[in-house]
Amino acid sequence: MLDDHVCLAFAGLSADARVLVNKARIECQSHRLTVEDAVSIEYITRYIAGVQQKYTQSGGVRPFGISTLIMGFDSDKVPKLYQTDPSGVYTAWKANSIGRSSKTVREFLEKNYKEDMTRDDTIRLAIKSLLEVVQTGAKNIEIAVMGQDSKIKRLELAEIETMVAEIEAENEKEKEKAKPSSAAH
Amino acid sequence: METLFGITGKDFVITAYDSKAVASITLMKTGEDKSRDLNAHSLMLFSGEPGDGVHFAEYIERNIKLNGIRHGIEMSPKAVASFARRELADSLRSRKPYSVNLLIAGFDVKTNKPELYWMDHLASSAEIPFGVHGYGAYYCLSLLDRYHREDITEEEGIKLLQKCITELRSRLILNMPDFVVKIVNKDGIRVVQI
Repeated sequence: MLDDHVCLAFAGLSADARVLVNKARIECQSHRLTVEDAVSIEYITRYIAGVQQKYTQSGGVRPFGISTLIMGFDSDKVPKLYQTDPSGVYTAWKANSIGRSSKTVREFLEKNYKEDMTRDDTIRLAIKSLLEVVQTGAKNIEIAVMGQDSKIKRLELAEIETMVAEIEAENEKEKEKAKPSSAAH
Repeated sequence: METLFGITGKDFVITAYDSKAVASITLMKTGEDKSRDLNAHSLMLFSGEPGDGVHFAEYIERNIKLNGIRHGIEMSPKAVASFARRELADSLRSRKPYSVNLLIAGFDVKTNKPELYWMDHLASSAEIPFGVHGYGAYYCLSLLDRYHREDITEEEGIKLLQKCITELRSRLILNMPDFVVKIVNKDGIRVVQI
């Protein structure tokens, strides 16, 4: 949580993340104090990327060892998703992943992402894509969802567990379907 | 010239401020906001040097918000008051101190108790059952002394406040126009029309 309407997820060194998140949280409140408006998602992303860039160029410091995904709603109520990396580059996405084997997940998302998914469909897609690379088990998955009201909901373990079970059952079925056809050829 | 009220009750705090902006003897505008909601269950009323109050209150508001986000838990009214006092006390020893009087009202959701803190521009702070800032204090503290009880209900509290305002209107040479009333209880902060 950076502010009421902004959330950040990171991959990399968590100690570095704490420092960066602290800077970002201060900027969120400072922005409200000076211009009486909440930060836009693009603004706070640019700020974070700016800090990360500075740490690649200044003397006596090392770069932040983290990539971040920043998401939230601006006043226009359109969901936004941005990514930053240690070099200070930032990009906007419809769906993306960071961290170990992020490439596999990104490719999975590219294949399976559809416009206008419902909330449940999107959560399902997120779990599905994670199951591609994560050790099975709902305990290794944490999910936070932000709705248009900017309220953040962290899914309960039980909710994730049932979804994981459903998806695994589906995958099994598809494997079995694929088996006889491959035997016939 | 400015008057701030705070009255605690059984499970709520009623606060009220006159919505006048005054420069010297001239009434500049009505509808001035002299309060800021600091978090879900605490708010601050301020009077004194125009500008200082808003600046100080918003500074405190943002810092309390930051603290809430950092720790994932809201500050209690007592913590809020202590923080504000410290900031005011530090400012008092600076080149240009804030010149503001404060009332901090809140409802502590942990202990289920309403709390009211009175603070002057010299950063002396006290927890009190009821408090008034400004010239209104000369007329109303005696009334509050006489009629306030610890266990008054919201309706009784509002009646008591109205009694105070009536007294001001009949005794104070200044005309006392509208008061804005805010009540904080376990459900949060709300504005009340009286």
